[in-house]
Amino acid sequence: MRAAVVFGALTAFPFVFSAQWVVNIALFTLMYAGLATSWNLLGGFSGYLSLGHAAFFGIGAYAMAIRFTHVGIGAGYKPFLVLPLVGLAVAVVSLPIGWIALRVRAATFAIVTLTLLFVVQQLAFNLHHLTGGSQGLSITPPPFPANTFDNPFYFAMEGAFALALLICWWVRDSKLGLMLFAIRDDEDRAQGIGVRTTGVKLIAFAVSVGLTGMIGAIWAYYIGFIYPQFAVDPLVTIGAVLMTFLGGKGTLWGPALGAFILVPLQQYLAYRLGASELYLLGYAAVFLLIMLLLPRGIIPSLKDRLARRQAASSPPGAVSGAVPTTGGVPA
Amino acid sequence: MSALLSVEGLRKHFGGVAAVDDCSLEVREGTITALIGPNGSGKTTAFNLITGYLHADAGRVSFAGHDFTRPDPTRLYRAGLTRTFQQSRVFPQLTLLENLTVAISQPWRTLLRRALGREDRERSRELLEEFGLARLADSKAGDLSFGQRKLLEFATVLMGRPQLVLLDEPTAGVNPVMVERMEQHVRELHARGLTFLIVEHDMNLVMRLCDPVIVLDRGRPIKQGAPAEVQQDAAVLDAYLGS
Repeated sequence: MRAAVVFGALTAFPFVFSAQWVVNIALFTLMYAGLATSWNLLGGFSGYLSLGHAAFFGIGAYAMAIRFTHVGIGAGYKPFLVLPLVGLAVAVVSLPIGWIALRVRAATFAIVTLTLLFVVQQLAFNLHHLTGGSQGLSITPPPFPANTFDNPFYFAMEGAFALALLICWWVRDSKLGLMLFAIRDDEDRAQGIGVRTTGVKLIAFAVSVGLTGMIGAIWAYYIGFIYPQFAVDPLVTIGAVLMTFLGGKGTLWGPALGAFILVPLQQYLAYRLGASELYLLGYAAVFLLIMLLLPRGIIPSLKDRLARRQAASSPPGAVSGAVPTTGGVPA
Repeated sequence: MSALLSVEGLRKHFGGVAAVDDCSLEVREGTITALIGPNGSGKTTAFNLITGYLHADAGRVSFAGHDFTRPDPTRLYRAGLTRTFQQSRVFPQLTLLENLTVAISQPWRTLLRRALGREDRERSRELLEEFGLARLADSKAGDLSFGQRKLLEFATVLMGRPQLVLLDEPTAGVNPVMVERMEQHVRELHARGLTFLIVEHDMNLVMRLCDPVIVLDRGRPIKQGAPAEVQQDAAVLDAYLGS
């Protein structure tokens, strides 16, 4: 069982590498693995490429911070317990938004969701009494011991990632998944054979952004201080999308694989290139390389190569079975 | 026999062009009705309006006793009216089994069940068998030839257990052997009680398979009748040959 091995290793990680800066990088890796996996549920499965997931990441982050500032329910581990509520709330809030946004397709959908991101950012700037405007909000750091301070957040991120992966795994093999794939291939036709496209897309959208919001909430609690540009950051979306494309859009493990490669790389580049944002150039370079060499991502490309090798080693008759003669008409 | 599908006063303008104009027609239960007409006479537009892919400017569609003032493809499919496309459309990245299974009208509560349950497999396989595609059950639909895609598309729409199937040029671009196979399938399904409305350019096929034949010209029906009757009608000849 691949998942058991991976999550066993991930759980053991902070005990083996207990240096907090290592755990910090691992934490962000898991955060992006979770974000990319959630994004994939909509973008990879149904083909609706959202560029606005950072908006819901931000909403989740602000939900956590506002809860601290205005409601104030406990400190320490307690805030982790409200995470499912945050996810649920973000999913519910996203329903009317998704219902409108999902009426348009392809590039238009990407632009609409991108706009959404800036709308939410503007709201964060301007709803002073709630968000503190450009001054942001701070969360009192929990009284965790300094030498293992990051660990609770690390496990929370791991939990969120596991949940996202579990949902994707289940959906992929379910009728819902089949319908999403049909929508990705040809939405008009899916409509014409009785697939309730609007409802199905909306479910994927709400679950995807709900998970994203949850991760945003963990992030806010960890970071302890958020402001609009930081919490609603286009780079969060771009990162998640980039990782999904690198690993393989629409596959189960692809997005996480992309995150496991890119986040440590990004951290390394940021460290080597200093505080300047030169690492963004590195990002762009990776994007270009993916498009040139692996347009479909690592996992699909490897699978193809494997299938081709198998086909080459088996007798030719077996291969030609894919192109039968009875009734076959060359296009 | 009663009208399974009745269309009244359907109209659709694209800019200044009336693609379909005051079009009224009926498809009686148990018939194989043909819809023919010269290129650009509005056959496919009429199909799109009836099945809800386009919204009509005016008109009414009623199917199996229900009025659909604003037809919607999903609802119509679930009510028993389905169609194929001129350029055959399948889900290329799904296997043939999956292509068929996804066309089973699912209630909301089964959404999280396994994609291919045992019952789904059996039903899909049976239909693939019938269409001679069983060997390819686990191949991707994108790997099929054009003719096979047409067969698969045809098979797919049957998964919803329709009463009326609209076929948009089922034999366009396929070889004579395939034309015969298509015809056979239509005849067999018709014998089992299915009603068809077919847009087709192959007049030989129309004349031996369909009755009645409705002729469309400039977006409205100009003649309806038995094939032999239509063939000799002056207005029809005029529409096809020009005046």
